[in-house]
Amino acid sequence: MKRYVLSVYVENKYGVLTRVASLFMRRGFNIDSLTVGETENPAYSRITITLHGDDYTCEQIINQLKKLQNVKKVKLLTDDVKVERELMLIKVKNNSENRNDIMAAAEIFRAKIIDYNPEYMCVEVTGEPSKINAFIDVMQPLGIVEMCRTGAVALERGRAKLVD
Amino acid sequence: MIKYYNNIRLGAKKLEPQKSKRMSGARILVETLIEQGVTDVFGIPGGQVVDIYDELNRARRRIRHILTSHEQGAAHAADGYARVSGKVGVALATSGPGATNLVTGIAAAMLDSVPMVVITGNVSTQLIGRDSFQEINITGITFSITKHNYFVTDVNELADTVREAFRIASSGRPGPVLIDIPKDVQTAKTLFAPKAPEPPDALPHADEKDVLRAAEIINRASRPYLYIGGGAAANGMGKQIMEFAEKTDAFIGCSLMGISTVPSSYERFLGMQGMHGRYASTKANTEADVIIGVGVCFSDRATGDAKKYARRAEIVQIDADLAEINKNVIVDAGLVGDVKKTFSMLLDAVEQKRRPQWHKRALELKSEGRRIFNSIDENALSEITPKQVFEMINGKKEADTVVATDVGQHQMWAAQYLKFEKPRRFISSGGLGAMGYGLGAAIGAVIAEKKRAVLVTGDGSFSMNLTELATAVSYKIPVVIVLMNNSVLGMVRQWQTLFYGGRYPATDPKRKTDFVKVCEAFGGKGERVSSAEEFEAAFERAMKFDGPYLIDVPVDKDELVLPMIPSDGDLEDLITTDERKNKQ
Repeated sequence: MKRYVLSVYVENKYGVLTRVASLFMRRGFNIDSLTVGETENPAYSRITITLHGDDYTCEQIINQLKKLQNVKKVKLLTDDVKVERELMLIKVKNNSENRNDIMAAAEIFRAKIIDYNPEYMCVEVTGEPSKINAFIDVMQPLGIVEMCRTGAVALERGRAKLVD
Repeated sequence: MIKYYNNIRLGAKKLEPQKSKRMSGARILVETLIEQGVTDVFGIPGGQVVDIYDELNRARRRIRHILTSHEQGAAHAADGYARVSGKVGVALATSGPGATNLVTGIAAAMLDSVPMVVITGNVSTQLIGRDSFQEINITGITFSITKHNYFVTDVNELADTVREAFRIASSGRPGPVLIDIPKDVQTAKTLFAPKAPEPPDALPHADEKDVLRAAEIINRASRPYLYIGGGAAANGMGKQIMEFAEKTDAFIGCSLMGISTVPSSYERFLGMQGMHGRYASTKANTEADVIIGVGVCFSDRATGDAKKYARRAEIVQIDADLAEINKNVIVDAGLVGDVKKTFSMLLDAVEQKRRPQWHKRALELKSEGRRIFNSIDENALSEITPKQVFEMINGKKEADTVVATDVGQHQMWAAQYLKFEKPRRFISSGGLGAMGYGLGAAIGAVIAEKKRAVLVTGDGSFSMNLTELATAVSYKIPVVIVLMNNSVLGMVRQWQTLFYGGRYPATDPKRKTDFVKVCEAFGGKGERVSSAEEFEAAFERAMKFDGPYLIDVPVDKDELVLPMIPSDGDLEDLITTDERKNKQ
């Protein structure tokens, strides 16, 4: 199974997110994450979708997305041309035994501790999804209380643009 | 992201003030429908569309409203109207139950790519989201069964929304578009000026390189087969398809949606293929070395098990919809674009070539198919056999009579036996397979054609929406209803016979419905027949009656639709005889 990142440029209108999301349900496609937000043009939003699958599924998803009236552009962002980031907030147990490990890991991962009290710490991590996964693996034995991931956002490198 | 609606005033600048008039949303809607060339609207009034009806009444000399008995009937009528005329069909209903009753009709249109604009009223915007009386989020409900839908919250956007809806419904691969209009938007006033309707967006033809590659595949093949569907039917491509067949020595089969695209009498036409298809076309799929799909979706009903489909053939597919390419079967050349233009290019690009061996083989398949069909008919159990019923209809109907069907055994017999010489004469719910589709659709066809239509139905399907008999009576709509009555749910029963050990739960309802009396009770006429001669005489009487005329034709409940391919089988697994009889 390969991982795919799609960038979808949509009109910022009533119900668009529902249309996109319900398409995945209706066609039986599974996605890993979906993020959405305004673009440089407030009349449009950009949706970033990540999924695991094969080329056939990915092609079907792109073709079905293109059929939605509010979708203006769909592009597959391949590894060689994209920059990608995800943000995670993760709350872990704070005690004398693991405190140093957490802070060392945060240092190495260039993460930030954004909340601290004698029992819990909250860490903000940004990076490629694989880096986020690696940080979770480090935190696992130390006691994760809860966590929240934004899902990936991505842009093309260099001068390339999704829309002109 | 989900701002309730952003405040774009589409086209407001383009309005010419001197021609603009201030009017209510309801009136703007009706004026815009008229502007778009709409002459007929099917619907039922209700609390949230009274304003629209008031305006329809004011405009009654320019636009006609046909009141149906149930909103589902209105949706099917708009669908039937669109299928025979090629125009956009229009249905109108109130909020809540009015809107939800349309759903099956919208889905039927969506799955068969029928251009339709559906208008629903809704409660006023300040009551939205409060579970108000008859409030339903119909845009949410119909997301996946419309090509697009709108919830209009600003009267200034209404006219351009309606215009865009018509453009979307009729452009590219057609489909239904729904517009939900809250009551306060119908009563709010703004300036309106009519605009000339825009033609549907012209689709480009496929890339020339792809067409040439497809032509190469066809040129090197020795057994070409054209598999045509709804896309070919909707684009009126019969002539081109026949030219292509002559030029390449190809033979032609179709999906249910492709019936009545090329004349049934055409020598190279082998009929509908698939689960209950004709022997020749179904077999041709397995023997061809190139299959050219024109406006088809390679549905499971037409191809059998997709993984085993056409193992010996390369596949060329032409479709208006990019998402159809490689969806159900992986093709060797996918041509996306205007189906008619692209097919013309392909027609020019292929070599003229005789393929005498294939020609001989296809004709052999055709005569073998005829022999099998005759033997199926000889083994038929009914007093009046399905073949007799349809040969009679073929003989008595006019060349341009529209035949609508419901869904089930009668539908498959109709698809197998009915003959059409003109396009857009066969209307049937192919993709959704909605029992209860036929009567509404037949009414729509009559309104569009101003000419008598025939409905072939079964007792199960007819029972679902027979209340539209009232509509046919009110408007004196001439529909000949041939009801093939086996008093069971025949198609499901057939599966139970063949694959469920002859156990028949829930398909033998022991109803005592007297359909002749039912039709008469609504104000129509009817009669029951018990022989082919009686049927013939009754059909002649029916073809002269000014309203719905029902002929109740008895069918044996054990009659099977043959040939048949089991639903998990491939085209090689054709069943052509009733196994039970062989065992006896």
